[in-house]
Amino acid sequence: MKLRKVMALAGTAVIAAGMMAGCSSQAEETTAATTAAETTAEETTTAAETEAETETEAEAEAETEAAAEGNADLSGSISMSGSTSMETFANALCESFMNLYPNVTVTAEFTGSSAGIESVLSGACDIGNSSRNLSEDEIAAGAVENIVAIDGIAVVTDPANTVSDLTKDQLVSIYTGEVTNWSEFGGESMPIIVIGREAGSGTRSAFEEILEIEDQCAYANELDSTGAVMARVASTPGAIGYISLDVLDDSVKALTLDGVEATAENIQAGSYFLSRPFVMATNGEISAQNELVQALFDYVYSEEGQELVSSVGLITVE
Amino acid sequence: MTEKKLFSIKGSRKEKALVEHIAEIIFTVCAFFAVLAVISITAYMFINGTPALFQVGITDILFGTVWKPAAGEPSFGILYIILTSIVGTAAAVVIGAPIGVLTAVFIEEIASPKLAAIVKPAVELLAGIPSVIYGLLGIYLLNPLMYKIEMAVFRDSTTHRFTGGANLISAVIVLAIMILPTVINVSVSALHAVPRSQKMASLAMGASPIQTIFKVLIPHAKSGIISAVVLGTGRAIGEAMAITLVSGSSVNFPLPFNAVRFLTTAIVAEMGYASGLHRQVLFTIGLVLFVFIMCINVTLTRILKGVEES
Repeated sequence: MKLRKVMALAGTAVIAAGMMAGCSSQAEETTAATTAAETTAEETTTAAETEAETETEAEAEAETEAAAEGNADLSGSISMSGSTSMETFANALCESFMNLYPNVTVTAEFTGSSAGIESVLSGACDIGNSSRNLSEDEIAAGAVENIVAIDGIAVVTDPANTVSDLTKDQLVSIYTGEVTNWSEFGGESMPIIVIGREAGSGTRSAFEEILEIEDQCAYANELDSTGAVMARVASTPGAIGYISLDVLDDSVKALTLDGVEATAENIQAGSYFLSRPFVMATNGEISAQNELVQALFDYVYSEEGQELVSSVGLITVE
Repeated sequence: MTEKKLFSIKGSRKEKALVEHIAEIIFTVCAFFAVLAVISITAYMFINGTPALFQVGITDILFGTVWKPAAGEPSFGILYIILTSIVGTAAAVVIGAPIGVLTAVFIEEIASPKLAAIVKPAVELLAGIPSVIYGLLGIYLLNPLMYKIEMAVFRDSTTHRFTGGANLISAVIVLAIMILPTVINVSVSALHAVPRSQKMASLAMGASPIQTIFKVLIPHAKSGIISAVVLGTGRAIGEAMAITLVSGSSVNFPLPFNAVRFLTTAIVAEMGYASGLHRQVLFTIGLVLFVFIMCINVTLTRILKGVEES
């Protein structure tokens, strides 16, 4: 018995050793071949990619140089201060302007509209950003209202809702929770599901600011993206929500406000009230500013600048 | 045959010592990596989470009920958020754990092998579904259903704020379903580990199969089942994606038909645009969540140890 066991063990060991030896040499060869093939492939791709990259980079550099040549005479710094709602737009503007004028530094602080206008009037900064029209006092003090873009908000309901128009007061009463049923506005008897954005959202602060109901809103749902608001409104009967005008689509029904449809044209014409101007206020007319500030405004009002405005979801002034 | 010479099981002593040494270093580095991660996360959470706690005031944050982080005079009370996490998780575990354990009993003891072969893979598949899918199903199936129930329950109410079905119950149901696979899989292994002799002895003594399950098998697998519930609780309290879609995400007292915000969803919902103190408070919420999970882990590990010792 014992002998047999030993024999069997020895046999297994020999077979195993043979297999391992055979496998290892074969495997090694194969691996080597594969590795070689891979390396070649990789090299080729890398080379091709590098070339392509170099080309693009070279092109880009050439462009920048060309641009820089024309703008190299301008150097210095511009400071902006003001509205937090304009943060996205102001940062995009700074970045693209500094690309165009490499010797100019543009800094932006976000302290709030009123603080921004105060500091431009006191001379602490060159441009005061404001996401509201200037007050008479501010204009009297010498601030000039340069509207560079308009922010528009659409009020939407689920497609089956029979109410199609709301007045400003009705909208306020819905969002403050005074009115809770659509029947009060001539719709079906159905509870109103008030949907909004989370605290800190630019759309929410704009909406509440325009309606003057800051921190008084009674939301049933606070969702963290425009897409989520659209999805929730589209799938919930009786829901009402607000979204940036540029993302509006057919899955929801946009209400007319005071009988005015939410379109870029109406907002530009000033007849749609749920919109606000983005003002870059200066102390005195633009023509009285230094050449850096003038160059910035030239850029904003240029075709390129207005493209930038639409790219961040705003409505152009023209 | 040079290769045969190179191939030696014994190898030289020096070589062997080197391999042993290198292996030891690799193991140490790996182990250290996990510990380092835990320490740095803990340190990071405390460094980022505590400043706001003192700036706003501990009682104002932890026991305040008004959450208006972006208002002119901001208020950062997260009591309702904490309560929601506690109530929601507890309710989900109360619903999910019994269903999970009984499903495990079914798979392990009652089902015919054929039936078990269908149920078990189904459960495993459930574990693999990404949480966002649960959320989407919640939006399109659960919320409309909840809305109908809400309309029926509060038909004559003048004070109820309608939520469109995005409420605590929806979140609890989603959470309960999400913890099922964890509870079931761990309980199945626990029941499977019960010695066959125990069951046989019980049956031989004249106990019915059901008596055997409840008087012998489940008590014997107690520690495994408790750890199943622990893991389920951990999953429920840490889940964010699915419930952010179905819970309505506005800060309210956790009543069944209120839209609610959990600790996790509070961070997810506002991180995008929060700045300054608001952002710091979100880190504080993260710290609270972190402390919660640590407490749960520690207490339940203690319970587990006690069970094992007895």
